[in-house]
Amino acid sequence: MKARVHITLKNGVLDPQGKAIQHALLALGFDGVDDVRQGKYIELDLSENDKDKAHTHVEDMCKKLLSNMVIENYAIDID
Amino acid sequence: MKSAVMTFPASNCDRDMYDALEKITGKVPHKIWHQDTEIPPVDLIALPGGFSFGDYLRCGAMAARSPAIKQVLAHAQRGGNVIGICNGFQVLTEMGLLPGALMRNRSLKFVCKTVNLKVENANTTYTSAYHENQNIEIPVAHHDGNYFADDETLTRIEDNGQVVFRYVDKGGEVSKDANPNGSQHNIAGITNERGNILGMMPHPERFIEDIQGGTDGRGFFESIINSLN
Repeated sequence: MKARVHITLKNGVLDPQGKAIQHALLALGFDGVDDVRQGKYIELDLSENDKDKAHTHVEDMCKKLLSNMVIENYAIDID
Repeated sequence: MKSAVMTFPASNCDRDMYDALEKITGKVPHKIWHQDTEIPPVDLIALPGGFSFGDYLRCGAMAARSPAIKQVLAHAQRGGNVIGICNGFQVLTEMGLLPGALMRNRSLKFVCKTVNLKVENANTTYTSAYHENQNIEIPVAHHDGNYFADDETLTRIEDNGQVVFRYVDKGGEVSKDANPNGSQHNIAGITNERGNILGMMPHPERFIEDIQGGTDGRGFFESIINSLN
C-alpha cells in the first residue's frame, strides 16, 4: 500500500518561504496569486494491506516524527 | 559540577561547548555520542549547536529521536539540568521539553553576527551571574531561529518568567530591527516551567575569552557553576 502524507503549516503560522515564492511568481509575471503556503510531501510504501490499519499506523508516524504538531498539520491519503 | 556534551552527526559546536565547560568549570566534561544508551551520572547535559542530521525533515527532528535522547529525557524528568544551544534548542523543542518551535528566519537568510540580549530573568540557574535587564553581547549563527508559539503558550511563558533572553538593540530596547530572525516577542532563550531546562539560539560558548571577541558568555557558565556546585 502507498501512503501519501501532506505536511502543511497551521493557519496563523507565518510562512516566509511561501511569501518569497509568491513574490517570485509576481516577478515572473504571474498575476492574481493572493497567497502561497508551502509544505512537504512524503510518500511511504507500506507492507500493510488493511487500509484502516495503515491509516492508524501512518497517523502515529505523523504525530511522532513526520510533523511537528506545534506548527504543522498533516493529511494522509492511502491507496 | 559534572557535565556531559552530546554529539550528533553534523554537530559543530560540541567542541566549543566542551572547551567552555572545561575552562570555566575546571572539570573535563563527558563526551556522549548520539547512539550511546547510557550516560554517566552528571549534573548538566549540553546539546550543542550545529546541523544535526543535515537538518533533514526539520531542524533537530532526527536528533530528538536519537537513542541517547531517552537518557536525556530521564535526566530531565529527574530534575537534572539540560541546556540546548542553537541546534540544541531546536532539539529540545522537538523533544517536547521546551514549548514552541524554531522556524526558518523571517528574512530566509542565514544570520551570523553578534547580537545584544537583555537578561529578562536573572533568577534562574543559567542567569544568576548576570543582573536583571543586563544588556549582553553574544554571537548568533543560524538559519532557523525564528521562535514560534501559539498565543496561549506565549502568554504562559511570559507570565511565568520563562523568557530568559530577548533580542534588543545596543540601547537595550526591544525592537523589530534588533530581532535577527523574526522571533515572536524577540525571544532568544527560554526555560521550561520547572527551570531545569534552557534553550537559546545565541552561543554563549563562543564568547568566553577575549580572543573570541567578547566575554559576555562567561556569565552563563558561571551562573551554572553557582547554582549547581
